[in-house]
Order: sequence, then structure tokens, then C-alpha cells
Amino acid sequence: MRTNLADYECLTPGSVREALEQRATGRKLIPIAGGTDVMVWMNDGHLGKVGKVYQSLHALAGEWRYVKTDTEGNLRIGALATYSDVRHHEDVKKNYPMLVHSAQVTGAIQIQNRGTLAGNIANGSPAADTVPALMVYDAKLRLVNASGERVVELSEFFTGYRANVLKEEELISEIILPKPRFAADQQYYRKVGTREAQAISKVVFAGANDGKGNVRMAWGSVAPITLRSKKTEDAVAAGAAADDAWAILQTEITPIDDIRSTRDYRLKVSQRILADFLGKVHQ
Amino acid sequence: MTTNITFQLNGREKTVQAHPMARLLDVLRQDCSLTGTKEGCGEGECGACTVIIDGRAVMSCMVPVCQVHGSKVESIEGLESMGADGQTCLHLIQEAFIKCGGAQCGICTPGMIMAAVAYLRQPESAPGGVAEALEGNLCRCTGYTRIFESVKTAIDRMKTGANQSR
Amino acid sequence: MTPSNPTYQYVGKSVLRNEGRNKVTGRAVYVDDIATPGALYAKTIRSTVACGRIKDIQFGPGIPWDEFTVVDVRDIPHNVVELIKADQPVLCDGVVRHREEPILLIAHPDKGMVENAAREIKITYEVEPAILEIGPGAVQTEYLIVEGDVDAAFASSDIVFEETYQTGSQEHVYIEPNGFIAEWQGDRIVLHGSLQCPYYVVKAVKMCFGIEEKQVEVIQETTGGGFGGKEEFPNVVALHAALLAKKSGKPVRLIYDRQEDMACSTKRHPSVSRVKIGVSRDGVLKALDFDFQIDAGAYVTLSPVVLSRGVLHAGGCYRWPAARIRGRSFTTNSPPYGAFRGFGAPQSLFATECAINAVADRLGMDPAEFRRKNFLHKGDKMPTGQVLDVEPNLDAMLDRVIAMSGWAEKRASMKKGSGRGVGLATILHGTGFTGSGEVYLQSRVALAGRADGKVDILVGSTEIGQGTETIFRQIAAEALRLPMEQVEFHKIRTSAVPNSGPTVASRTCSVVGRLVQRAAEQMFEKLDGKSVAEYVKANGSLRTETQFEPRPGLKWDDATYKGSAYGAYSWMCNVAEVQVDPVTATPKVETIFATVDIGTLINPTLAYGQVEGGVAQAVGWATSEKVTLRDGVMANCQMTNYIIPTSVDAPDIQLEFMPTPDPFGAFGAKGVGEMPMDGPAPAVTAAIGHAINKTISAIPATPEDLIS
Repeated sequence: MRTNLADYECLTPGSVREALEQRATGRKLIPIAGGTDVMVWMNDGHLGKVGKVYQSLHALAGEWRYVKTDTEGNLRIGALATYSDVRHHEDVKKNYPMLVHSAQVTGAIQIQNRGTLAGNIANGSPAADTVPALMVYDAKLRLVNASGERVVELSEFFTGYRANVLKEEELISEIILPKPRFAADQQYYRKVGTREAQAISKVVFAGANDGKGNVRMAWGSVAPITLRSKKTEDAVAAGAAADDAWAILQTEITPIDDIRSTRDYRLKVSQRILADFLGKVHQ
Repeated sequence: MTTNITFQLNGREKTVQAHPMARLLDVLRQDCSLTGTKEGCGEGECGACTVIIDGRAVMSCMVPVCQVHGSKVESIEGLESMGADGQTCLHLIQEAFIKCGGAQCGICTPGMIMAAVAYLRQPESAPGGVAEALEGNLCRCTGYTRIFESVKTAIDRMKTGANQSR
Repeated sequence: MTPSNPTYQYVGKSVLRNEGRNKVTGRAVYVDDIATPGALYAKTIRSTVACGRIKDIQFGPGIPWDEFTVVDVRDIPHNVVELIKADQPVLCDGVVRHREEPILLIAHPDKGMVENAAREIKITYEVEPAILEIGPGAVQTEYLIVEGDVDAAFASSDIVFEETYQTGSQEHVYIEPNGFIAEWQGDRIVLHGSLQCPYYVVKAVKMCFGIEEKQVEVIQETTGGGFGGKEEFPNVVALHAALLAKKSGKPVRLIYDRQEDMACSTKRHPSVSRVKIGVSRDGVLKALDFDFQIDAGAYVTLSPVVLSRGVLHAGGCYRWPAARIRGRSFTTNSPPYGAFRGFGAPQSLFATECAINAVADRLGMDPAEFRRKNFLHKGDKMPTGQVLDVEPNLDAMLDRVIAMSGWAEKRASMKKGSGRGVGLATILHGTGFTGSGEVYLQSRVALAGRADGKVDILVGSTEIGQGTETIFRQIAAEALRLPMEQVEFHKIRTSAVPNSGPTVASRTCSVVGRLVQRAAEQMFEKLDGKSVAEYVKANGSLRTETQFEPRPGLKWDDATYKGSAYGAYSWMCNVAEVQVDPVTATPKVETIFATVDIGTLINPTLAYGQVEGGVAQAVGWATSEKVTLRDGVMANCQMTNYIIPTSVDAPDIQLEFMPTPDPFGAFGAKGVGEMPMDGPAPAVTAAIGHAINKTISAIPATPEDLIS
């Protein structure tokens, strides 16, 4: 553990209201939900680069730890719902198979028992496993502050590498998934890691087609942010063949060489995943 | 900054004074002198520090101690029970690890056993079975074969009621 | 000699692990578990360049430096880490020869302060160009073995095959990182550590401080895995802790975290092998020309011996009418490479086995049948001139592994390039030290009777998970005809136990176990029917000691590198079955089938555990474990980024033991621990090649390599 904890402060609000009031004071507070990212930075001695004051949201679980379907048929995932909460929830298993799959391949069970989907989104890693699935399901985020709230599209949340539209005084309170629209066999999720468990993705993809002209394709680990390849979606919806779709996709993704893989590999695998996806779900 | 954190540790109430972000791992090992929970990587990857919080396996290097306030924490030291004869009695998963060769160098063993215990109590937590239940616990000695056998042996013994599982 | 058809009470039984209860309850004490009130926490300040000179060291502002103990090169009585060659400094002497080279040691009672202070030490360098690959650097050690007329044998071959093979480095990833606690008690140093070889540490500390052996006490704590990584490397950690303890006058804890351990500690030597094979059209091997090269890193460490074992195994388990094997290790600016399970043999055997598979392919022969034609048999001469004096059971072992694995049907049904494949490798592994090494070691063990009727086993051979404590108790109890409960394994502290040699080279069970057996037999005779308690009461003490004696007729000449390289060989036939994902090109090793001859199985459960664990490590080495060196340092020095198999990755492992006991090993035992590292990698490589219809000549065979 390479951090001198005495240099850092941590607030432990007991309610949502208290948490948002603390955030309204203008101090930069780094939220800790499940802790599975923050604690890694702490171990590595990188906390200093992130912030000096932290805010543990754990005691907000009574208000924010839930997974439920609302009266309009939307799935609501509270900000403190863990991967385990999500993957084992009956409504999720029934209606959002890619979410189950993506939560199940995130970290290991111990991580799934602590980590939260909202935390994963806020952290903004382009390798996040659940984010492409959430994007394909047209997820929205409810962002709250002490005086109000707003709702943004997940696909418009990220503005750059680990940058997003969340303001200092805001927290993500919930993830909202509209009523399921894709048939189970028209959904395709694929995580590419170097081993079968506990791998950070080298490419991650979620895609779906509702057969009525709505195609969704979202990619992780091939750009600074998780993104929907909207041009490729449109082309595929208009009946583009695999080669043409691939030509368009190459204008949307920008993979790089890093410690886990190469640009070349990521491109080749993206091309093959695209072809596989089109072969399996394209009509 | 330190704060008082109270939680149930292996069935007994415990209060520690610690930095809210102190790793549960360090609090267990240093403040509570329970060194059975091991550190293998410090980054949530190896699982040697696995403990059970409120019934679920977690990596204690990833848990800021403020988040266990009011929770039930179980570490490897809490698995043994006191037999009628006043002797400590191993959990059947511990017995199975000894019998089947599930422990070699032993450093991953406490975490492995805690992950296995969480699975034995709640098999639905890992629909993929024993291998999935233990995917967060790296072992470099066994190749996992004897570990799987240990867990399966414990499951069989639970089914036949050979021992009381807690 | 071991009686034939013996009925043993303990040998051959899966007796429960001696320290098993402590390990499953969390009571086993590892070095980081020891409480040390008043101790200082230590950290090593390391170089950030691979080659150059230190220009300046600045201790930054805002740190209460007067509260710190800081050790630099001037504090070291004799700045050498004593090993084969006295070339490695304890702390950098001004010339930096590799990344992560230790330069300063700091310690403070507050661990957090140590971390902050470490960030405030700024070292500037005059950077020089670094050599980071095999080839351009100086040759450190060279061996040449020639048997027969090699040129003539190639000239008479119908087909001459040539290929170059490469193997990557590998990190041990023992789950417990390196660590020591040091404390001076007057002029005597006490060191608690995680280690394989207590007497290596004694020697290193004695030489560095210029003190007597009796002033050094090394205590092995429960050790969380070694695999060679805690053979020689702990010397460095121990010396650093001892230096800080000396200067501060306080106990010092020097426990590495994972990233430091991975970045700075020794690893498996990367290798390049140029293999040339001459063969007749009908599949009879004629000649071998093998050029074996390894990257030694910046210092010698154990590289000459690793090179030696690689060279001595390069011929594999085949009969070569003529062979030339040349081995060279190269000095580079990589952190020094060191001991790792298999010790050079996995590297050269990888090349040999890949080449044998390729030649079979070239001939259009089944690789199993091609091997059968060329296997070594009793009376055959190996490249060192060693004549095999026992019949290796290779034909039967091959038959069996082929039957177990369904080799023939699978080869027929899995078309090349279909995404599924099977591969074969057959290997040997020499037991114990190379050549005359065992003779030089002069290993000693002792047994001591106690007044309470129990017998202590006194050895310096460590338990590192492989089962030393258990098997030695089995061996001693068997030979003493005593219940095992009456035989105890004495905790290893060097003031109390003799030097039974290092815990390496698959020598513990067979070679040291034999010494334990003999000491026990002598004690049995000495007792002459009396109980241990009676004898001790009557005579005051009861002790027997044995020392290594070379087996009769075994000769080795270091000058010519000729003779009997090893007293005994273990053998293993491996079949790998893999699937390669058509989209991601990720290989999944589904099953490793193997027949294994390690002589007598002293404890079957432990033997299975050893072989299975070795197989999993070998599969990792072949597929996912890539040490990514950037600017001379392991850039992926985290468990997140250095990918060892998890429970869902590890292959199904199906083993069958087919023992041919060695009459000179403990109750017929031969080497166990290292051999399973040798065969799976080439078998997996062949299977992947089959699956994607491509020749693979380098490992790890990652998806990035396979996709093109």
C-alpha cells in the first residue's frame, strides 16, 4: 500500500441529503461507492492525482441500493446497486441478458459483491464491461444535486478519456433502462480478455437489433471512451453488408497499443466481432 | 483523521479507531491481530484477502473500513467452532482442504476457503459452479484441481449431513 | 537399496499434510504475520534507468529526514551479494546496470511516511545506451557438448530441418511476495524470511558483513510459494533488511508489495534456440545441432547453472547418433534473471519438442510414431556420453497417454485449421543438481531422539508448499518403524539444523529424502529394539547424521562437460487438447493428459498436486503469461496485467503415474517438482498450431500473435 492515509480526508455522510449538502459546499469530493476503483488507486499510491477529500456513499445504501421495474416498465438501478444485485435480479435476467452477462464477467464475484454499475460509469474507464450493454439498452442516468436533478443519455455522458458531464456537486443517483425492446436472440455481447475471468477487456462489444430499423452497437476499449458507433448502426439498419459496415466502423473507433493489447489486434477483433454480430442478428 | 467504527467480527462486536479509508485488510491484520487474512496483491485481483461481509465474499483490500460500520465481518479465524469436548472443531471445508490436498503453500488458502464458504452457503451466487465461485482467488501451486476436489468433497459431506455447516 | 515389492506403512500413502491444519485455519505464520513492536518499515529506492551512472541524489523538502534511517553504498562492509560470482553489488555502486537496481534503503516507524519519503528522493543519471536483448551483449558463460561426427551425420541425413524457437520470460507469482524481518541481537543477526534456501542467506550475510557463520541465524517462516523465485533472490532482501537493522539498531521489516516484487525480482530466462535436425526418410534421427542462448540479465546470479541444465536437456528423450549442443548466456541490462522451476530445461526442451513435432510433420509421420522410433532405451548414449543404465518406460508411457487422450481419433477428426487441435510432447528431467553439483554440496541431515520419545528431523530443506515436512516424516517414520506422530519436522533455524543443501532442482524428496531415510535406518539400528525414550534416558542423547555419497559409478567431468549429467531421470508424456476461438484467436487449453514417471510416489496426493500445479504454470507460460519489458523493466508488473490462469482458465489435468523407482532415491523416489514445467508448453504449442494450421515457434502464443 503506497499511500500515506494521513494525507487524505474521507467524509461519511449518513443520507443522500447530507451527501448532496456536503457536495454543495464547493469542495471537490471524490465519491466512493463500492470502492473497487478508489482502493486500487490508493494501493498504487495514485490518490494524490485524483483528489484529497473522499466521500463514502456506503451509508446511502438504504436509499440508493435497489434494482426494480417501475410502473412504466423501466428498469431502475440505484447508484449503490452492485454487479451482484444486478446479475441475480429476476427482472434483469428476464429482460436484459447482456446486462447479466456483462456484470458476470466484470472482475470476480468478490468485486461484483462490492462494485457498483454507477461507480463504473462515473469512473469512466473505456474498458468498463457493463457500459456497452447499458448503452445498447438506451440507458439514461439521473444526476442529482442538493437543489434538483437532470436526466442524461448514457451515450452522451462521456466527453473524453475519463471525463464526463457530471458536475462536482452532482452524483449519479440511478440508471434507467427503458422497457426491453430487443428479442433475446437479437442481442449479442462479447468481452475479449486475456483470460476467462478477472480480465480487463481488450475489446468489449454489445449489439442488438429490434428488426424495426433500430440497431444499437456499443464498443469499449477501442476509443478513449465507451461509444456507440452510430454511423455504423445507421448503415447496418439500412442493410449494409459486413465489409461496408466495417469501412464505416473504422472511422468511428480509434484503438491504441497499450499494456494489454495492440491496435492491430483490436482492429482485427472488432472487424470479426462485427461480422459475427451481423451474421447472428442482422436480418 | 480517525474515527470509531463498530462492526461484528466473527460473531463479536468490535470497535476500532481507524482512518475511514483504511483497508479492512489492514484493520483485521493489525488492529485486530487476525493475520489469517493475507495480502497477495493489494489490488483486488488475487483474492488472498477474501473475507465475508454480510454473507458475501469480498476482497478486504478493496474495502474502506468505514464501509463495514454496522456490518457482520467473518474472517478465516471465525470458521472453527467449539466442540462439545471443548476442542476447536474445523469447518468441513477446512477438513476437506486438508484431506484433498487443497492447500499447498497455504497463502491463498484462507481466502480460497472463505470464498468457498460463501459459495457453500449460497450456491446461487455462482451459477457457473465451483470454478466460477473461486475465479477471484488465484492459486499458483495447485492448478486448482485439488481445490475443486476439496470443495466438491465438502459439498458431498454437507449433503450427507456428515457435519454441521454453519 | 530399496527392497522390491515392499509393503510400507507410510510410504505411498496420502498422509495428510503436516502443516495442513495451520494453513486452513490461518494460524500458519508467514513473515508479514509476525508482530514486531518498535520495528521500522523499510523501502528500497531503485534505479529508473537501465544503464548509466548516478550523477546526483537529492533528498527533497517536506520530509523529516532526521527521523529516517538511510543506508547507502558507504554503509556496506563488503558490497557483494555472494553467489556463484561476486559481481552483484548489494546496493548500486554508482554504475547502474539494470532498471530497479537498488540504490538506497530507507526506514521509518511510520509506513505512510516511508511511502511519502520514497517519492521525494530524486536521483539523476548520466544515461547510457542499454542492451535489452540476446545477442549484442557479452557472452557470460558458454558450454559446448559434442558427441559423434556431427557434420558427417548431417551429410548422411535425407532431410535436414532448421528452425529458431523463442521462449519468453515468466514471473513466478508466488502469492506471497518476498519479505524479511531483520534484527541484530548484539553482534548476532536474526533474520526471519520467506525463502527456499536458508544457507544461501547465511553465506550472503556472513560475507557481506564479514562475520562468522554462528553470528547469523536465518529462520524460515511459512513460505507462500517459491518456484525458484525464492532460491537466490531472498539473499538481496535479507541483506537490505540486515543493513537497515544494523544502522538503525532496531528491528526492520522489509516486505515487498506486489508491484515491487514483480518489477525487481528474478524471472525465468528468455531464450532463443536454433535447432538443426538431420533425419532419414524413414524417420530415424541422425544428428542434432542445437544452439541455445539465454538472456542472463545484468548480473550472473545462477545463470551458468540454468544454462547448463538447458544444455543438458536439449537432446530430450531421443537417441542421437551425433549431437552438438552449444549454450551461451548473454549479459544484458535487464534485471537479473534467476531460478524458476525447470531451470533452463523448459526452454531448451520447448525447442527440441517443437522441432521434433515439425520434423514428424515434414516426414508425414504421426508425431507419436516418430518419437517411438527414436526414444532412448537402456544402454543408449546421451549427448554427454552418459549411458542410460535403466530402461525408461517411454514406449508404455506413450501408449498409455495416447489411449487416455484419444490421440489417434482426435487427430483424425480435428482437421487442421478447424479451431481444435491436439499436440504431443515427451520429455525427461534430471533429478537433483547437475553433474558433480551434488558432490560439491555435501548435504547433511540429522535425526535427533528426544526424551519424550519423539524424533526430530533436522534439515535445511524447506517446506514451500510441495510437502517437504510431510514426506520427510513419512520417510523417517517408515525407516524407523515408528508411528508418524512420533516423528516431527524441526522448524528451520540455521543454528539448529544442518545444511541439507538448497531446496531446488527437484532434489528434496529424492536426494535429501534418501539422506533422511539413511539417517533413520541408522537410528533404527542404533536403537536395537529399545524405544527412543529409553535410549535417550540411558545414553543422554540419540542422534544420527548422514552426508551425501555419490552413487557408485557416477562420473562427471566439468572440464569436458562429459559424463553422467544426472543420477536419475524422471519422464513425462504430455498430450494437450486446445480450442482456439475463431473470433478472438484466444487459445483455450482444455485438457492436458499426461503419463508421469517420478519413481516411487511417497505421497500420492502431494505428487498429484505438484504435477498439476506445474502443468498449470506451464500452460500459463505457453499462452497468457507475457512479461512485457519496456525500457528494461516489466511494464505489466501487476496481477491485473500479468495474466496467470484462474480457476476457470486452468485446464482439466488428467494424470497417470507409471513409476520406475530409482534404487538410489528415497524409497525409490525421483525428481518431481520441475518436470511438469517442461512438456505442456510444446504440447500446447503443437495443438494450437494444429488448430489454426500454422507453425508456432515462440511462446507465449498470445491472441495478438495468433490472429494474423
